[in-house]
Parts: sequence; structure tokens; C-alpha cells
Amino acid sequence: MSKKVLDRLKKELGDTILETSNFRGDDTAWVAPKDWVKVATFLRDDDALQMDHFIDLTAVDYPEREPDDARFDVLLSVRSAGKNHRLRLKTKVEAGADLATLTGVWAGADWAEREVYDMFGIKFSDHPDLRRILLYEEFEGHPLLKDYPIERTQPLVPYRDVEDIAKLPPFGLDEGQPFARVDWKERLAGNDAQVSPSLGVDAGQLRNISDSQIAESEHSDMLQTLAGSPAPAPGEG
Amino acid sequence: MKFGDEGFFTTKLESILAWARKYSLFQYPFATACCGMEFMATAAPRYDIARFGAEAPRFSPRQADVLWVVGTISQRQAPVLKRIYDQMADPKWVVAFGTCASCGGFYDNYTTVPGVDKLIPVDVYIPGCPPRPEAVLDALILLQEKIQKGGREPIVVPPREVPTLAQIRAKKALR
Repeated sequence: MSKKVLDRLKKELGDTILETSNFRGDDTAWVAPKDWVKVATFLRDDDALQMDHFIDLTAVDYPEREPDDARFDVLLSVRSAGKNHRLRLKTKVEAGADLATLTGVWAGADWAEREVYDMFGIKFSDHPDLRRILLYEEFEGHPLLKDYPIERTQPLVPYRDVEDIAKLPPFGLDEGQPFARVDWKERLAGNDAQVSPSLGVDAGQLRNISDSQIAESEHSDMLQTLAGSPAPAPGEG
Repeated sequence: MKFGDEGFFTTKLESILAWARKYSLFQYPFATACCGMEFMATAAPRYDIARFGAEAPRFSPRQADVLWVVGTISQRQAPVLKRIYDQMADPKWVVAFGTCASCGGFYDNYTTVPGVDKLIPVDVYIPGCPPRPEAVLDALILLQEKIQKGGREPIVVPPREVPTLAQIRAKKALR
């Protein structure tokens, strides 16, 4: 059904559309960066398309494509409220290259482009106000780049000068939610324990525990307590 | 006139002051995320935090005694939180409400402050994502005990005793 959009694009713009695909009803068209604004304007103004609803503009980083191919994909999602069809328009942008802004076509592109600039560092030429939108001016680099170190934080307020501050608070996994700091290497190796590396295996929540393991594990104390027999002498804890 | 040992006298006065303080806590809820719902539930009639003398939320830090940091604090919000804390008059206490405020929770990345104790001293930590209102009340009582005692060591609300799956199965196996 929605093939109509791609057919129309290919018919009217010909070679400008480099490639199209349709995955389960989602239309995608590829264009060269130089045709970015031209195709967007056509999408908006064409009587058969009438893409009047700017949905989103975002980017994807593929550093492994360099140097043979451009590093970034920039994606535009638009929809026609009247015709009820939608399209995803993609282009490839080289690292360091500018892409023409779409703010002249859809005003809603303003903040979306600022976000792409903030997260990926892609510059949009002729954008009226290209500043960071989510992060602060002091932030160095662009965090959604694949080469941004995952551990790197840039506190806006310097942390307090307290000894062992990284160890506060003394949370373990007993707070009911194994929320983070999972030892993913262990998990991928098939060990289902939710283990924080700093806590060690004993503090982990073992999920697949067999009955025999229970009987001989540290739970044996609890078994007695739960069964109503006198509790063992309290330890130092 | 003779009042006996002066130190003894001072201690008693502080004890009375602490008693008065702990039952008249004015709160500043710094609610930034989903934990805010749980804070509202605690303040609402079913759990009714007013029973413990902490019914008055003040949305001016100058009038507040307790800063409840309820929810995730992003790096960009950190200056605001710091400023709110600095504006509060002494004596003041801070409660880190929920896992995010306590240690960053699952936000282990560039956006989030890994625990508000990196910015301001915290008196009571409430684990949970979000914590149940019972845990919040536990925290309030712990804070009151702490105010009475006068120490500044951080406290973590202990988890409620909920049997693990292994415990339940073990109990079943014994029957």
C-alpha cells in the first residue's frame, strides 16, 4: 500500500534517490547529502506526498565503516497527516562534514538537529541556533559516538572530597533489584549469578540453584530457622 | 548559683532540642523522577507521613529541615541540587530516596550523578527502585533516631525480610 510513496519519489526524482527499501511496510529511501534539502522540500510540497508532519531526525554512528564509507547515517522520519503515509529518509554523512539544515523545511527540525549535534557532533549548516540542547556547554566530546569512553563522566559540580567516596553507600544486591554493575563477562559465560565484581560470588543472587545445593549451602541455617527448629548459635554478625 | 557539671546541662538541652526537632521536620521534596510517585504515596492518607511529625512540605529551602532527594539526579541538575542544599539553614538533613539518588542506579553513564552523596552529605539512604512507602517511613524513623542521637554517620534502610525463591523452595522441601 505505502509503496506509493517510494514509487512517486523514484518517478519524480529519478537518480536522486540512490536506493529504496520496504521492510514490513516501512519505506526507506537513501539520498546523497547534497540532495538532502531538495528531497525534503519535495516531500513536503508534492501534492501526492504532502509530508507535513516532521516526526524525528536522528543519526547513527558506524565508525567501522571508515575510511571506505561515510561514518554517520542521518535519518529523517516524516509523515503525512492528510494522506496517512510515512517515509524514512536516510543519508550518509562523513565525519567532520556538514549537512544542510532542514529547519527551513520543517520548523520542528530545529531541536532535533540540535540534539544530533549534541550527541554526535554533526554540524548542520545554516541552522539558526546550533547549540547543545541536552548537555551543558562545558561537556567535551559527543557522548553517543561509539568511541566516547563508556566510563567517562564529566561532572558539572566537582565531587566532594571525601575518603572512599566511591564506596558510599554500602549497597549490596539485597536491596531487591540487581540493577547494575552486573559482571557481564560472567553472565555471558553462562554463570547466571548477578554478581557485582566488588562483592564477589557469595553476594550474588543465584537463580538456578538445585535442591542438593540448597541443602549443603549457606541456606542450611535458614532451613532450620524456617522449619521451626532452634536456630543455630548467632555468629559474629 | 550552681548547676552542677556544665557539660551535663548542655547535653540535656541538646536532647530537648533534638526531641523537638525530630518531631517537627519540615521537608523539601526534590522530586525529579518516578520515585516522586512513591513519595506522594507516603505523604497521602494511607501511609500518612504526618503521623511522624513530618507533614509539612516546604517548597522553599530556607524553611526546610530535611532535603528529600527523590529520583535520578543528572549531571546537569547537580548545580541546582547543590544550591538548594546550600540555601537550607542549619541544622539540615538529607535523605537519598531510592537507588538512583543513592548510587546512580542503573544509570552507569555520562548523564547521571552516581549518588547524591558525591555532591552533598547524605544522612539516610533508602534502597529500592522505587522504595515502598514502608521503607520511606523506616527511613524517617531512622532519621529521627539519628537526630536524637546527634551522630552524622550515614545509615542505610535495611531491606524488609522477603524470602528468596531458594528459601521458599527449601522450606517446601523440608515439609
